[in-house]
Amino acid sequence: MVVKIQQGIEQQGSGINIEKDTKKEKYKKMMRKISTQKYLQVMALLGVVWMFIFNYIPMYGLVIAFKEYSIIKTISEAPWVGLMQFKEFLQDENFWIVLKNTLGISLIKLFIGFPLPIIFALMLNELTSMKLKKAVQTISYLPHFISWVVMGGILTTWLADVGVINEILLGLGLISERTNFLAEPDNFWAIVILSDIWKELGWSAIIYLAAIAGVSPELYESSTIDGASRFQKMWHVTLPSIRPTITILFILAVSGVLNSNFDQILILRNSLNESASNVIDIYVYQLGLQNARYSYATAVGLLKAVIAFILLLSANKITKKLNGTSLF
Amino acid sequence: MFKLLKRNRRTTSEYIFDNINILIMLFICAITIYPIWYVIVNSLNDGVDAMKGGIYWWPREFSIENYKAVFSTPGIVTSFGVTIAKTVFGTITHVFFTAMVAYAISRRDLYGRNFYMLVGVITMFFSGGLIPYFLLIRDLGLFDNFMVYIIPTMFNFFHLIIFVSFFRELPNSLEEAAKIDGANDFMIFIKVIIPLSMPVIATIALFQGVYQWNDYFAGVIFVNNPDLQPIQTYLYKVVAESSSNQMMTNAAGSIATKTVTSQSIKLATMVVTTLPIMLVYPFLQKYFVKGMLIGSVKG
Repeated sequence: MVVKIQQGIEQQGSGINIEKDTKKEKYKKMMRKISTQKYLQVMALLGVVWMFIFNYIPMYGLVIAFKEYSIIKTISEAPWVGLMQFKEFLQDENFWIVLKNTLGISLIKLFIGFPLPIIFALMLNELTSMKLKKAVQTISYLPHFISWVVMGGILTTWLADVGVINEILLGLGLISERTNFLAEPDNFWAIVILSDIWKELGWSAIIYLAAIAGVSPELYESSTIDGASRFQKMWHVTLPSIRPTITILFILAVSGVLNSNFDQILILRNSLNESASNVIDIYVYQLGLQNARYSYATAVGLLKAVIAFILLLSANKITKKLNGTSLF
Repeated sequence: MFKLLKRNRRTTSEYIFDNINILIMLFICAITIYPIWYVIVNSLNDGVDAMKGGIYWWPREFSIENYKAVFSTPGIVTSFGVTIAKTVFGTITHVFFTAMVAYAISRRDLYGRNFYMLVGVITMFFSGGLIPYFLLIRDLGLFDNFMVYIIPTMFNFFHLIIFVSFFRELPNSLEEAAKIDGANDFMIFIKVIIPLSMPVIATIALFQGVYQWNDYFAGVIFVNNPDLQPIQTYLYKVVAESSSNQMMTNAAGSIATKTVTSQSIKLATMVVTTLPIMLVYPFLQKYFVKGMLIGSVKG
């Protein structure tokens, strides 16, 4: 018995020793490996350091949403206030206006702006002249590279009371007197949505065009033999073939529904159209950077990000169930 | 597919469809081009005359005074300098730094590769948002500092993914040969990888170059010194804060003739701001499209 126990202890002991050895060895091996690739490690670590500073420190900075941060104290010194900032936002007199504008612009953009590039890509694909197709592509991608500032300059010129749009509408007899369209909240959503489509229609079609180019020619050949017309081919071959692409982009579009095109709205908004142009992103900018209400603005931004993340997950889940395609 | 279409004679409905389709496409091109054309034509017209309106297709009283005014307004010239400097410097540092990190991460033998990837992937889904970022930049002392255009834009994880997928396709043999010759990994990156990666470098450089050229927000929130604001920020202030009068008084000092207006200078500035991109874009279109596709497939 005693011998057995001793043996057992010995065995256990030696077992531990072996484990220790392998751990040590593993550690040595790891260090050796790292030292042979020290240049490589430094190259990768520089990227990690950059991400730590510019991505992770701001993530830590989100704690000020639960604090009352002011410019005289550091983040850790500021007192905790729990969910006060969030409660305040829900009671904010601007809460419903901001929500209405954000969702209104985004949802209309989703319903009109999302299908249009698909239709555009399908129509472009039906062009029989390759030269024309190339020319249309080149021209329609161009506005994507023009900055929103310049676009804003064009739009303010065109929509002013002496601008081209007024001339046209007056000429057609659709309006009786000149108006400055950007000064009227009623027009703002339409202006934002249409100018966004104007700028991004061609560029958004690129992914669909690539997906269409990837459809197997055999599918078209066999449907031709079956006597399918071009519209039937479009409907029964092309569209189902690019459905995965459409699904992925739809998930991304749904999760971005609380994002507004900040660059665009910042340049088109003014004090007169504020009731239609104040969206969440603009509100955060105004509160935080113009009124220095850092904690409150961070809370509003954080709430938006959390809802956006939930939207992404649910859109992903729903499409996975419906047609088996998902982002992750 | 196109061969088949030609062999089968088109039916009448297809013939009608084709022609309507061509018309719609031409219409889309026309409404895309025309606003740009309008700005160019009006900027080339005498400013006072243009105020009467009615210039749609061609300048009525041709004049390059607006452009002279643009290039003799000190604020505009300085801002152009800032934009050019930040685009050149910012693009070079971005491409070099992002490619360097990407090369290290693309190597399958890199110890801790999965950890490095995880650190990056998390940044794709979560961020601190505007205010914490603003406070960080302030605490780093980047306010009113030219480096605010360079350092915070030096790295981009989406671009890293594009680089990694390209580096993976490169043959290993050249790296092995360089290693046998005693080169370290950094030298391999400089001497072997970069020369082989010109297509992807061109793509990323173009994306970042356009971003640097067009971005105005950094100049709005981080910079108060007018000598450090890029041209897009200058234009933003003119358009959004309608300080066109101020622009006019700036220009009036340098221009004796009274043929320019704030509006005509604004249009000319817009043209000068956009021209570099419009000139290089058609030749580099394939790189843009390629980058867009790699990014969307892998990302």
